[in-house]
Amino acid sequence: MDLFFFAIFAFIAVVCAINVVVQTHPISSALSLIGVMGSLAVLYLLLGGEFIAMAQVIVYAGAIMVLFIFVIMLLNAGAESRRKGSLFAKIAGIPLLAILLAMLAWFIGRQYPNAELVQFGVLKDAAGNSLGSAQNVGTAIFTTYLLPFEVTSVLILIAIIGAIVLARKELD
Amino acid sequence: MGAITIPVFVVITLIKVAVVLAIYMTTLAYLQWVERKVIAHVQVRMGPSRVGPHGLLQPLADVIKLITKEGILPPHVNKFFYLLAPFLAVCMALISISIIPFGNEITLFGYTTWLQLTDLNVGLLFILAISSLGVYGIAIAGWSSNNKYSLLGGLRSSAQMISYELPMSLAIASPLLMLGTLSLREISKAQEGYYFGFLPHWIVFQGPFPQVFSFVLFVIAAFAETNRIPFDLPEAENELVAGFHTEYSSMGFAAFFMAEYANMITVSCVTTVLFLGGWTPLFPVSLGSNFVAPLIFAVTGAICLYHGLYPARKLDRYTLPVFAIAFFGLAVLFAIPAVQDALMSVFWFCAKAGFLLFAFIWVRATLPRFRYDQLMSFAWKFMFPAALLNLLVTGLMVALFS
Repeated sequence: MDLFFFAIFAFIAVVCAINVVVQTHPISSALSLIGVMGSLAVLYLLLGGEFIAMAQVIVYAGAIMVLFIFVIMLLNAGAESRRKGSLFAKIAGIPLLAILLAMLAWFIGRQYPNAELVQFGVLKDAAGNSLGSAQNVGTAIFTTYLLPFEVTSVLILIAIIGAIVLARKELD
Repeated sequence: MGAITIPVFVVITLIKVAVVLAIYMTTLAYLQWVERKVIAHVQVRMGPSRVGPHGLLQPLADVIKLITKEGILPPHVNKFFYLLAPFLAVCMALISISIIPFGNEITLFGYTTWLQLTDLNVGLLFILAISSLGVYGIAIAGWSSNNKYSLLGGLRSSAQMISYELPMSLAIASPLLMLGTLSLREISKAQEGYYFGFLPHWIVFQGPFPQVFSFVLFVIAAFAETNRIPFDLPEAENELVAGFHTEYSSMGFAAFFMAEYANMITVSCVTTVLFLGGWTPLFPVSLGSNFVAPLIFAVTGAICLYHGLYPARKLDRYTLPVFAIAFFGLAVLFAIPAVQDALMSVFWFCAKAGFLLFAFIWVRATLPRFRYDQLMSFAWKFMFPAALLNLLVTGLMVALFS
């Protein structure tokens, strides 16, 4: 059952991801990207990370992509015209893609040689407890990973301040 | 060949789904009748009164009219997205009802089940996620219609929804600090019990810090999220014709209306569960809360009977006694001890959610619309800081007293 759903949603994710690139209209691309986000959320769910799955939908599909669509609608961007690909891309594109995929596969195969780490159903720690619930994620963020969390917060704060500074310059 | 045994769980779930769907759809249709009637009476009019007694068959007539009308596909629209948008809006509006707990655990024919379709341990986040996806229906409808009024409506709606989602999430966060769970069933259970024997443990009353502020903030944000007056700028008819659904006719138009009413019901249910104690009664059974429902129905029946005997209009002589009998029947049903336990929790849930729905309509009949800049500065300069402050104080109180 898990494998069945994994196959469906992995397929949807890949198709949507290709569609993002293939579509000429920005709105179509953005909506395909939402499809990718949604499928990713389902994949998280299959792994047992229900909190992460919901956060994925709320933050990416619900907030960030709405802003994307908002900006596209505001600028009223039309469909982009196709240009002929460069000679370099025509010749070297597919081989380079194959090399990239091979490197990725090799890296994953080397780093995670046994498939036991990835299990459908439950993300488990050594003691066999589920790690996916909101409580566990919260505990992990504020104990084990406190420093990365704080650093990320400061980073986002800097981005916010930067955005305000940039916006103010235009106002003056 | 043995007979295929279907697990009891599956059968029960299917029955629950069918019942919830039937009641939900009926409520959706009749909510519109209620809205028209309430607004009419607020404005000292009659409201719908031609189709059936007191216009009670009006929703049916509306549905038939909308289905049989010609669905026009304007030539200048982006076809795929134009057709996708109402579908998206309705789907996202209808999903959330699946995790609302309507009542307590009940035992029927030896099988114990919850009056809830399913319980997620991230239930509240699920509702936030689905409601944040709901904006796509409106935004895409506005954009794909290829009409400047529709586009403006879609833009306004996405900006408004992003802005009000923030205070809404913060307003939800403070009760969650006190409850420590995201599952709607656990949230409802945590609000059972009474202070001093009469004051319920609802989140709006519960210590250490009663969440009155976040309740008010949440309800205001809920009005904005459902695009209701005073926040109905995406469809402000005197500025934008009809906003994002200007180009829609027939079922597409009906779908957006359905989505709006479905969102209203969902939001009322979530407010009930989160702040008003879900299915728990207003005062304990020892003080006689079980007699409230039969009493209300009996009084309503008596009023109907009185007006049937002294009719203001000719038809009332025949219709009102029928209503009276129906209400007396309900009163008797709610007074039977055997089914009382099961029905009473549903009654209290529906009473609270129904009151909130009435408040939605009441506000629509009362308040004027915001101006757009007022709407934005209200969200960012008042609601957001207030919700943040409330969260901080709640966190402090929880840290100190529990």
